[in-house]
Amino acid sequence: MITASQLSKTYGDKTVLNIDHLEIPKGQSFGLVGNNGAGKTTFFSLLLDLIEPSSGQIVSNEVVIHQSEKWKPFTAAFIDESFLIGYLTPEEYFYFIGELRGVSKADVMELLSGFEDFFHGEILDQKKYLRDLSKGNQKKVGIVASFIGKPEVVILDEPFANLDPTTQIRLKGIIKDLAATSGVTVLVSSHDLQHVTEVCERIVVLEKGQLVKDIKTAPATLKELEAYFSGVADGTASHDTSSDAADLADGLQNTDAPPTAP
Amino acid sequence: MIQKFISLEWKSFIRAASFQTNLAMKILMGFGALYFIAVFLGLGFGSFFIIEKAELGDPFEVVNRYMIYYLAFDLFFRYSLQKMPVTNIKPFLYLPMTKNQVVRFSMGKTVVSFFNWSHAFFFLPFSVVLITKDYDPISVLGWHIGMAALIYCNNFINLLINNKSGVFYVFVALVLGLGAGQYFGYFDMTLYTAPFFNWLGSSPVAALLPIALLLILSRWAFAYFKKYMYLDAGLASKQEVASTQEYAFLNRFGNLGTFLKNDIRLILRNKRAKMALYGGFFFLFYGLLFFTGAIEVYDGPVWKIFAGIFISGGFLFNFGQFVPSWDSAYYPLMMSQNITYQDYIKSKWYLIAIATAVSTLLALPYLYFGLNAYLAVLVGGVYNIGINAYLVLWGGAYIKTPIDLASGKKAFGDKQSFNAKTLLLTVPKILLPLAIYWGVSLVASDEVAFASVAVAGVLGYLFKNKVFALIEKIYKTEKYKTLAAYKQA
Repeated sequence: MITASQLSKTYGDKTVLNIDHLEIPKGQSFGLVGNNGAGKTTFFSLLLDLIEPSSGQIVSNEVVIHQSEKWKPFTAAFIDESFLIGYLTPEEYFYFIGELRGVSKADVMELLSGFEDFFHGEILDQKKYLRDLSKGNQKKVGIVASFIGKPEVVILDEPFANLDPTTQIRLKGIIKDLAATSGVTVLVSSHDLQHVTEVCERIVVLEKGQLVKDIKTAPATLKELEAYFSGVADGTASHDTSSDAADLADGLQNTDAPPTAP
Repeated sequence: MIQKFISLEWKSFIRAASFQTNLAMKILMGFGALYFIAVFLGLGFGSFFIIEKAELGDPFEVVNRYMIYYLAFDLFFRYSLQKMPVTNIKPFLYLPMTKNQVVRFSMGKTVVSFFNWSHAFFFLPFSVVLITKDYDPISVLGWHIGMAALIYCNNFINLLINNKSGVFYVFVALVLGLGAGQYFGYFDMTLYTAPFFNWLGSSPVAALLPIALLLILSRWAFAYFKKYMYLDAGLASKQEVASTQEYAFLNRFGNLGTFLKNDIRLILRNKRAKMALYGGFFFLFYGLLFFTGAIEVYDGPVWKIFAGIFISGGFLFNFGQFVPSWDSAYYPLMMSQNITYQDYIKSKWYLIAIATAVSTLLALPYLYFGLNAYLAVLVGGVYNIGINAYLVLWGGAYIKTPIDLASGKKAFGDKQSFNAKTLLLTVPKILLPLAIYWGVSLVASDEVAFASVAVAGVLGYLFKNKVFALIEKIYKTEKYKTLAAYKQA
């Protein structure tokens, strides 16, 4: 589905991304992890032709991304708030995306009705513009909008950040489902090792723009990743403790099943 | 503490995105500032002699008579333009400093604002002229101090009424009503206000009154700010009640309708875009300067075309000029959604073309000034649609200044959006049709010259698809730079 070859991005003399070869097959749920500045968002931006590769290319479904616009019909993404139109109500935004993707209003509504739990009654019919929603709710809108129109590739940058625990758990279910049942290629990045290992069949670790690990997710993956990132931290204890704390928090979430699980 | 504040302020000034524009821009802005200073200075030195020459009466008294309007306009401009100091307060709230210090500093900031000291360019020279003209120096000094106090009163009134648009609109209505009353001779407000200003000018003690008022207002503003310095009170951003609008009648236009719907919402729901629309509307009245013969220089027939371009192109110049910056906040979405460039550019073109057509229709009352006047508007409209609509889109590819939709405050002052390339592109927008008209009128009649400008517009329209392809190419090459620039908002 997606092949990156000889891909690099440099600013001045600083290389922020350098991937020799990376292939993501159709229907894979693909996780990207790495510390700040590892190149996760750079990679996603290259996938969406938002920045120009310094060398190499990404081919998605036989379309060379920085040369043709033909990848747009089958690719959807939510990277950050710049993918939202602040002065629209959530409904208007969903319909707008629907119209661009050739999905009728009725079909958009039907899709949305499947996300009622996810929205938790805080998105639709709120008489609010997107710009006035909280960060977490904005994120929910952006993520769901990226599912409109049956895209074959869905790209989500840090989808778990800013979401409340219940929503995080639901989102994990949604993403897993998307890749498993609809054959959608899902690309997710996260700082949260627990979340990615739960959701993704494959995890790639970036470090300073280099691909350093490519793991097929197995029960031992989380431990492996934690071991790796404690090593990267190189003795600075802060990393260790924070990931432990995140772990602990996640552990609590998991035992605490959501009251209205789908 | 105060040094720290000042150093922060200095950093925010020199590191602001607008400050770090290119040199040409700074020079242009410098000239702009100099121009206004020159105008004020000219007024300050000149108004005494102008009034004297026009034999309107004692210049000092004439100035005093209209001073109330001066102050009203000052307040109006402050309300629409002066930035409130509250935006930068948030980071200080939880730091170890007293609220008094923070409030004092942010109010102090407004005291040194351009909106206050720029008046000195008028009042200082005017007072000097008064003294040289043998007015009592002490009285003039008292008047001067009193006026300064009143200007500063405006500063604090503006702080107090900011974001109370209700109060502001009542004020505007009042001033407009009183102004009209005076103009049509029903009621002369100045009869009641002039004595006050004259009293300021005659007895120096009177200056104490404005000073007292200033003290009261500043105490009041201080208390007000301190009281509302909470995130959910004075520092909260206003939330509007939103309702979903369908505009279903636009659905029949397919993808184009989708964008038009969005652009209508953009204009109706964002301060900055709304102001562009109003600005465009005011351009409709621009022609009055030309066709009424109010300004002699504008009487030549070439200037009729000039007027036509502006009357029909209000929206084009105010809104179209800043495409695609209006979409800057969500440009990455536009660039990665299922939209081709062609569609995006076309939709903007249609928006501009439709608005230009509507403006041309709205200008029908110019028929009052004769068929020729309206023909000029019509020709201008055709040229705007046929040529200028492309040019603004073309220029837009080079405008890389993001627009903050929510704030209406900067609408006038936002000069950053100019750069050398866009300046160059304004030349054909205005000068080319004038040149065509002028050139043809040398060898043929005025009618033929009119027609040839219109033909240029029609020709431009016929090559639509070719031009779109060209513009698309430019947008594509500029895309990454534009995306990067919008990110730095």
